[in-house]
Amino acid sequence: MLKYIAKRFGQIFILFYVFLALLFLLLDLQPGDISQQFVGNPNIPPEAKEIMVRQLGLDQPKIVQLGNHLWNYSFGMDMGVSWASYPREVSEILFTALPRTVFLFLTATILSFWLGFYTGKLVAWRRGTLIEKTTMITSIFFWTIFYPWFAILMLWFTSSVLGWFPVGKFISVETWIGAPYTAQSVFMLMLGSMALLSTLYGVARYAIDRSVDDAKTRRSYHRIALWSLVALVLVLWGINARRTYALDIIWHTIVPVLTLTLVNFAGTTLLTRSSMLETLREDYILTARAKGVPESTIRDRHAARNAMLPVTTSLVLQLAVVIAGGVITEQIFSWPGLGRALLGAITAEDIPVAMGALALIGILSLFAHLVADITYAFLDPRIRVQG
Amino acid sequence: MADILTPPTEEREVFDPKTVIEEPLWRIRIRLGWRAFRKNWALFSENKMGIVGLLIIALFGIMALAHPVLMATVWQEHQEGGKNVYDIRAGADSIIVTKTIVEEVTDTLTEISQIEAMFLGTGVNIPEIGDTIEAPLANPAPPVLSGVPHPHILGTDPFGGDVFSQLLFGARAAFLLGAIAALSSVALATLVGTIAAYFGGVIDTILMRLADLVILIPLLPLLIVVSGFWNVELTMLGILIGVLGGLGGTAIILKSQALSVKVKPFIDAARIAGGGHWRIITRHIIPNVLPLSFLYMMFAVTGAIFTEAALSFLGLLNIQQSWGIMINIAHTQGYTLEGLKVWWLMFPAGMSITLFSAGFFLVGRAMDEVVNPRLRKR
Repeated sequence: MLKYIAKRFGQIFILFYVFLALLFLLLDLQPGDISQQFVGNPNIPPEAKEIMVRQLGLDQPKIVQLGNHLWNYSFGMDMGVSWASYPREVSEILFTALPRTVFLFLTATILSFWLGFYTGKLVAWRRGTLIEKTTMITSIFFWTIFYPWFAILMLWFTSSVLGWFPVGKFISVETWIGAPYTAQSVFMLMLGSMALLSTLYGVARYAIDRSVDDAKTRRSYHRIALWSLVALVLVLWGINARRTYALDIIWHTIVPVLTLTLVNFAGTTLLTRSSMLETLREDYILTARAKGVPESTIRDRHAARNAMLPVTTSLVLQLAVVIAGGVITEQIFSWPGLGRALLGAITAEDIPVAMGALALIGILSLFAHLVADITYAFLDPRIRVQG
Repeated sequence: MADILTPPTEEREVFDPKTVIEEPLWRIRIRLGWRAFRKNWALFSENKMGIVGLLIIALFGIMALAHPVLMATVWQEHQEGGKNVYDIRAGADSIIVTKTIVEEVTDTLTEISQIEAMFLGTGVNIPEIGDTIEAPLANPAPPVLSGVPHPHILGTDPFGGDVFSQLLFGARAAFLLGAIAALSSVALATLVGTIAAYFGGVIDTILMRLADLVILIPLLPLLIVVSGFWNVELTMLGILIGVLGGLGGTAIILKSQALSVKVKPFIDAARIAGGGHWRIITRHIIPNVLPLSFLYMMFAVTGAIFTEAALSFLGLLNIQQSWGIMINIAHTQGYTLEGLKVWWLMFPAGMSITLFSAGFFLVGRAMDEVVNPRLRKR
């Protein structure tokens, strides 16, 4: 297992550098070079232009430029200075946006995977019923609906018709006037508590699994651990002065996450259903039936666990959909994440920020693939053993 | 000796090659193809969703064909100021109608308030109620079938362009883009997959690692950056999506199919008969991979349409008109939260993209059952 993870890690590392080199190629292939952006500006004298070319390293041979590019992007994380909001560094702009995108991406992926797998499993089990047909048609509808339009409809429905949720944005300005905290600090604290919660739950689960033998007691202990941890975190936030601000952020979060989740949920449901239908034809399901194993056990233990493998594989291919969906979601809901930074930079012709955002989104995608691969190895013993 | 070598003619019929050659080879091929098509069609038509998908695609095909026909016939006479009112980019101000000045406006198409009329009129006098005035049609105008000089079946957009005409034109753009992207993607994927499977070794490793890399690169953000650097048009976008899509997941799937073909005995037979690499690949492996390629072509169309529409929606492409641009215009002109009040702005375009993708998706799924026998119900 460790060997496998190390191997994948190495591959991802190499791919990361190839990706960065491709970004350099993209920059280099554009018409003219980057200094041409200022050719039309009469306020910049030729001497200043020369200095700029030297500062940007454009007078050096291409291979040195490539080396500099790789070095700056990897270790120093120095992605240059934004042109549109001049003295600010690109990394500063992007690292403010990164947690928001990661949050959107993670929540939507996990929620949609969990819900979609559950629904797909049940639907495959009831093949041919009305429930199956309704779910299938709804899923195909959500899966094929033009996502930006769907997001616009969600925005309109939740904010204008129902009036329950705000019209996009990350915070409501009225609430935050005179607030002693920055939105970023509160949000990071929220993310931190979520991470702490999941880590503690993982540790608790591991401890319970090691000490309790009976499957039923184990499951009830898991549940107790989860709910007590959730209660603890909620109480800690309840006595904290930041709670109003945290609630405001959550209020703005719900609709974008829900929108992104719904679409991916449909995809996972469709996948799980077809994978489950194939698994149900296997001989070991027939054997289990013949032995008299309860139906729910066949479904959850024998079929669903094996049906999970192809779904996890396809999750890797589906990541592109989530990332594309994330960019569109951020744009429509004015969610200040990486995707919005990228689009804003492209509109403002702010090339350093655009390249940096693309690099960070690429890294995010690489990392997600690594996690998906490790999950896959964890689920499939064949890979674990082969290493 | 001669007696032994000559077979007894009266016992069995002599195999005469001329009887086969009498029918030309192409006709045999067509007949075989037709037979295979009939068999596959029987399998395909069992799946009702696939038929629905085909009908949807046919509907859009009619829409795409209808646009140039309508422009040349029915819409031909609606010229105003040298421009055809139904031209996709004619613009609002070409349509002027006579409106009655009233105190309280109930119908924006035929009535106008005093204040608005004052701004439109040349004089400073407040126009009298009951007078008529020449004023531009309300934009976006709701669907009107008659009563105005130029009926707009689906109303007009915020700039006064005819939504129905744009919708039909969008179908043309979608078919063009889908065809370019799907063909280039699948051609490339089939070639890459087959070559990787046939030669194996270093070539396989290089091509498959390339495929891994392409899968890892987030397509939409990359295309956003590309559209910021270059002037991306429909054809170029189609090729870009096709190349990036074809080198990725599809190539890997087709490679595995080609691998299973490569180990079949007829490939060995072809090699022993002296077939060259290229001939074996093009004549023996690719025809056996093609059904699966054709299936992935359907999914490639869905992906390409989504990507184009998303990029158009974000306002990044240099495209004359498409469904994505229609939504973009409604969104950027501030009609997002109007919702159902101006339904004709977003609903037809959004529904068209959805149905178009769904059509190809459904056909793809139905074809999946034809190609992959494991998925069939019986």
